[in-house]
Amino acid sequence: MAALPPYASTGQRLWYWGFRAICVAVLFFLIMPILVIIPLSFNAENFFTFTKRMLALNPEAYSLKHYQDFFSNPDWQQALRNSVTIAPVATLLAVALGTLAAVGLSQPHVPFRGAIMAILISPMIVPLIISAAGMYFFYSRIGLQGTYWGVVLAHAALGIPFVIITVTATLVGFDRSLVRAAANMGAGPVRTFFKVQMPLILPGVISGALFAFITSFDEVVVVLFVGSAAQKTLPWQMFIGLREQISPTILAVATILIAISVVLLTVLELLRRRSEKLRGMSPG
Amino acid sequence: MTQATADQARGSVLAADGTPLKVSLRRALRAQKLRALMLIAPLLAFIVIAFLMPIADMLFRSVENQIVPDTLPKTVVALEDWDAKGDALPGEPVFAALHDDLVVAAEAKTHTRLGSRLNYEDSGMSSLLRAAGRGAGRMNADEPYEAQFIDMDKDWGDIETWRTIKLYSGAYTDGYLLNAIDMQKTVDGPELKPASQRIYVMLFLRTMLLSLTITFFTLLLGYPIAYLLAILPLRTSNLIMILVLLPFWTSLLVRTASWKVLLQQQGVINDLLVWIGLISDANRLVMINNATGTIIAMTHILLPFMILPLYSVMKTIPPSYLRAAKSLGANDWTAFWRVYFPQSVPGVGAGAILVFILSIGYYITPELVGGTSGIFISNRIAYHISISLNWGLAAALATMLLIVVLALYWVYDRMVGIDNVKLG
Repeated sequence: MAALPPYASTGQRLWYWGFRAICVAVLFFLIMPILVIIPLSFNAENFFTFTKRMLALNPEAYSLKHYQDFFSNPDWQQALRNSVTIAPVATLLAVALGTLAAVGLSQPHVPFRGAIMAILISPMIVPLIISAAGMYFFYSRIGLQGTYWGVVLAHAALGIPFVIITVTATLVGFDRSLVRAAANMGAGPVRTFFKVQMPLILPGVISGALFAFITSFDEVVVVLFVGSAAQKTLPWQMFIGLREQISPTILAVATILIAISVVLLTVLELLRRRSEKLRGMSPG
Repeated sequence: MTQATADQARGSVLAADGTPLKVSLRRALRAQKLRALMLIAPLLAFIVIAFLMPIADMLFRSVENQIVPDTLPKTVVALEDWDAKGDALPGEPVFAALHDDLVVAAEAKTHTRLGSRLNYEDSGMSSLLRAAGRGAGRMNADEPYEAQFIDMDKDWGDIETWRTIKLYSGAYTDGYLLNAIDMQKTVDGPELKPASQRIYVMLFLRTMLLSLTITFFTLLLGYPIAYLLAILPLRTSNLIMILVLLPFWTSLLVRTASWKVLLQQQGVINDLLVWIGLISDANRLVMINNATGTIIAMTHILLPFMILPLYSVMKTIPPSYLRAAKSLGANDWTAFWRVYFPQSVPGVGAGAILVFILSIGYYITPELVGGTSGIFISNRIAYHISISLNWGLAAALATMLLIVVLALYWVYDRMVGIDNVKLG
């Protein structure tokens, strides 16, 4: 099926191209909603559809005014500030604790490994609305509800499963005799970790960090409940904008977020290739 | 040394320091286990505090009812001997106890909170208790309290009021959980609510039905793409993979926003259809704020979660099997259906369960594009937390949802294994 053989019948030919047409249609369905937002965000009018002048490629129909609004509107700026102060701290917390635990979990003899793994993965399993409800109830009891640290702790908890999964996956390919060799040459456990183990599992740690970052950066359900107006993040502001009155500024924000995800995706892809090369899994 | 000699005599091996090797190995193993646990401990403690305790708190809230015995301690004790099934009102001692409790409660201003708690079970209790809290302090201690209470509000002479208080007098109640499955507590035990008040079972069923529909559509659209990715040479398939991963990495709100823009009546799709001439300008399709909107947007959002597990299974199916089937005389369809498809079933199962689990807990997308006919149980949970403030019922609904999700994950774990989840 990979290539059409020269002796294919008409039916086979028809199916070969028909199947590809179906695939193109599905891929179009996947990518079109994301692409369509980008030109719409440059609309000079406050419409959510293409105006006639836009379709005629009239330069006057395009403008940056929605971007200007994003960068000058205090609501959006506050949301942006909150997002960039919450996500990195939550990521740092998740990566530091998660990497340590992943190293522990990859030791050859860990008692209750299955149960511990299940507990550590659980924030990924439980639907967000349930986590949000529980955190709202519990954090208001202990006075964390509506505080910066409450949101950071909640987001770190949500990001940890991703760090655990990516780092333990990298540690599977890690040669433990390297640790013994380092110890043999007189390095202490801490020095061994930072000089020998860390550089080798770094791709896994970074991709775990990216997952944790995007989890926090895109998260809206938990922050809606655990946060208060002072912790309003970018997704929260978008959520309000979409629910109440949809303003075209959202399209500009969406385009910026798409650009960020393209960058993240590229970094992850490069990391994956590097990690495979390090482990000798692919010649490229 | 004698011990060591004795050990040697029994044939056991000694370590360099003279202890039996078995013992020193066991000690080393214990140290290793301890070190591993020490590395895991900080994260475990963090998850327990930041995540597991909140979940436990929520489960606890779905049965907790301490506000009633806390606010009306004497009344609850006095009511113990009253037969709720009979037709007689509780006697004067109960009314006297209620008076004493209300005087204390009104001073601490807790009677209004009790009123809103009991109002969830019997509407009218809130205003009844608010008035009683105000009136109790002015009552005459020499006259019977029963008459004074009934004088203030005839509802105190209504046996249903007392039945409600009696039914919810325990520190723990199954009332919220019963409510979550459209049942209610009565003096004769749990019963179904009147048909007009049953909403949650229908909402659970609708959540399941919509999730199944979404799962079906993701499978229908995802299978060909996963198959294409698996048969194409690596260089091409990597390019197509990017088209799958880009939506996966794009913010959920961006994707929901774009569907909102596309599906609106004045949106891009309707404009296009009018321009082509398929529909007239007056009959623009209503594709948003209903179940259709939820299905379209969520199929798009969850499609990568179907494609990735399918692809990881299909990649391992050797293409030579298909060629072998064809060389043995199978036509294309038979070769696919009898040879290829059965081998891809684990991927179908994994992807379907994953999409289904993710889908039944969704909140944001149904809230934004679902209108009223396309919302899920999670939207109702959010409503009870932030608008109706009936936290007990919200917790009970969330508990039900959690049970369903955990049961499904158990199945998923047996099929694929949770640690085998691949990201990206």
